[in-house]
Amino acid sequence: MTRIITDWYWPLDGWIIAIGILCAASAALLGSFLVLRRLSLLGDSISHAILPGLALAFMWTASRSGWPVFAGAIVAGLLTALASQWLQQRGRVDEGAALGVVFTTLFAIGLILINYGAARVDLDPGCVLYGAIEFAPLDRLSIAGWEMPRAFVVQLIVLVLNTSFVLVLHKELKIATFAPEYAESQGIPVPWLHRGLMVLVAITAVASFESVGSILVVAMLVVPPATALLFVNRLKSLLIASMLLGAVGAIAGHLAAISLPKWFGLRSASTAGMMAVAVGGLFVLVCLVSPRCGLLAAGYRGLSLRLKIAFEDVLACLYRRSERGARSPAKLEEICNRLGRSPFLVQLAIWRYRRLGLLVHSQDGWRLTESGFERAEELVRSHRLWETYLAENLAMPAERLHEAAESLEHFTAQPLRSRLAEEISATEDPHGTPIPPERGTPRKPQD
Amino acid sequence: MNNGTDFGRQALDRRAVTAPLEIQHLTVSFARKPVLWDVTFVASAGSLIGVVGPNGAGKSTLFKAIMDLIPRQGGEIRVFGDRFTAQRRRVAYVPQRESVDWDFPVTAGEVVTMGLYSEIGWFRRVTREHRRRALAAMERLGIADLANRQISELSGGQQQRTFLARALVQQADLYLLDEPFSAVDAATETIIVEVLRELRDAGKTALVIHHDLQTVPSYFDTVLLLNLRVVAFGKTDEVFQAENLQKTYGGRLTLLDEATEAMRHRRTI
Repeated sequence: MTRIITDWYWPLDGWIIAIGILCAASAALLGSFLVLRRLSLLGDSISHAILPGLALAFMWTASRSGWPVFAGAIVAGLLTALASQWLQQRGRVDEGAALGVVFTTLFAIGLILINYGAARVDLDPGCVLYGAIEFAPLDRLSIAGWEMPRAFVVQLIVLVLNTSFVLVLHKELKIATFAPEYAESQGIPVPWLHRGLMVLVAITAVASFESVGSILVVAMLVVPPATALLFVNRLKSLLIASMLLGAVGAIAGHLAAISLPKWFGLRSASTAGMMAVAVGGLFVLVCLVSPRCGLLAAGYRGLSLRLKIAFEDVLACLYRRSERGARSPAKLEEICNRLGRSPFLVQLAIWRYRRLGLLVHSQDGWRLTESGFERAEELVRSHRLWETYLAENLAMPAERLHEAAESLEHFTAQPLRSRLAEEISATEDPHGTPIPPERGTPRKPQD
Repeated sequence: MNNGTDFGRQALDRRAVTAPLEIQHLTVSFARKPVLWDVTFVASAGSLIGVVGPNGAGKSTLFKAIMDLIPRQGGEIRVFGDRFTAQRRRVAYVPQRESVDWDFPVTAGEVVTMGLYSEIGWFRRVTREHRRRALAAMERLGIADLANRQISELSGGQQQRTFLARALVQQADLYLLDEPFSAVDAATETIIVEVLRELRDAGKTALVIHHDLQTVPSYFDTVLLLNLRVVAFGKTDEVFQAENLQKTYGGRLTLLDEATEAMRHRRTI
């Protein structure tokens, strides 16, 4: 048997997935608030704009780690948030454009600095974008005798930091995100909460950029919360669900990166890239199945309605046939010809109504049972009531009456029928056929 | 509290201490363009005040200035004889319904509980007792059964009732309501009016931005006619009359008419 997951090596892949999960959870937690405040682009901007801060700190200290790097990144991140806010207010530029101006400029400066400084510092622009999570487990440090990857420790600290921020300020973040102005009127320091959030986004971005790259951070900030929003209705569930979605994306992404290309005889793909693809895939999946977005549910509802209409047409067809005096059971081809529907659909309707006991098979054909006759009579009554009602009230041309009534009849039940009956005076429809009476009411004497 | 200084302050301004809201010469401008100009009025306790004026008259801006949400260029605002920030808990604000995202993942009950956040304070959790109070406020507005619904499932009237319940739960003494009657059903309108009257009878004060001129005389005992400046302020039966309304709503149009006239003259001359 061929293995689905190939080349799994615990000491390496276990750590890669652990780092991915931590990064995804940190980013998704903060990203939830950004997405709710419609500031998804801000997360994107900050994670790109920290680059010049990083680059300057690298060149200054000639090292890729340590506090100066974090400090540089946070300053650059805050600068993005504040500068774009300032541009928006003073320059009367819209929010998206202001962010676009600020972060692309800062990002470009960062790239230039990195290219310039690359000769002196071991830093690769590609590494910044895509990260090098595959190599993250190799860079180890030892804490209390336990040896573990540095990236894991850093991500763990960031996750603890973000989680405590959200836990401690849960109430305040909720009100400030939902109704900023009202929150301010209640004495909540909304701008400070916002800045706190921005600082944490910058910290999360810089902690992640080494291991997973700035592109993956953006994906993890925005995609899991956007996915969770399709099915949650509480803030708490949003936070938990987006962290879980991020984690699932990280696991699936890495497994796909090491296994998927092998099935096609290719070498393994970029884990960071695959993780981003995986969370995107989760979004599509949830979009299909979630009750709110629910493309599948909507499709199912549409289909079942179409089937219901097609099925009921078969019943009504049999009723009209017996009304015209046909005594023999109806053959399948005859029903198909009358309705102009495919034999498959009619066969499906017959199968369904037979199970419901509305139809019986006799002498090579089909006949309505007593209850089938009743159900069909209701439909035909609805149809003719509508035709009469439309003709009397809207002065609709006769040839269009049938078409309109044909769709209305499927949505009309007894209460509406009796109201329709009250509104009209005729006992025959505009084509001169009698309207069958409601069951349980005495049949009007006919001459 | 130190009785000596408290007594001293009361002696200094006895009148202001009794008034829930006193505004003197308030001026607010955005980008050098005045939005409120020399607004002066005193709201007395136990009154329902309709704030009436055309779009862009500065009604919402007035509320925001009262709550210190926007800077003011001049004038003074006293809330219960004090700075707003010191009396914040006694002021309940009902923002415009459109001011929030109704798709937000939060339940109606949670929104109402937000009225208690400043009372609960930092780092503390919402307790069962807080939830019970929120539910009682929702009960009063006939929406207790909607407490666990996500707000996107509420109708316009139910959303407005949720906002009002959030203000009620705060048990404030001064209420600022920004268009609570906009696009609500008749039942909601009736219940809001009932609640407002109860508040007034309990000695509370409410300022209500209102657009339907027809109902102003029956809903409010006091009226503030506003159009950048205070056109008139006083008892509804004295102030709410054609001439003042003409000044409030017609002011701008008259200017426009004059300007158009002037242009026409220049052309013909």
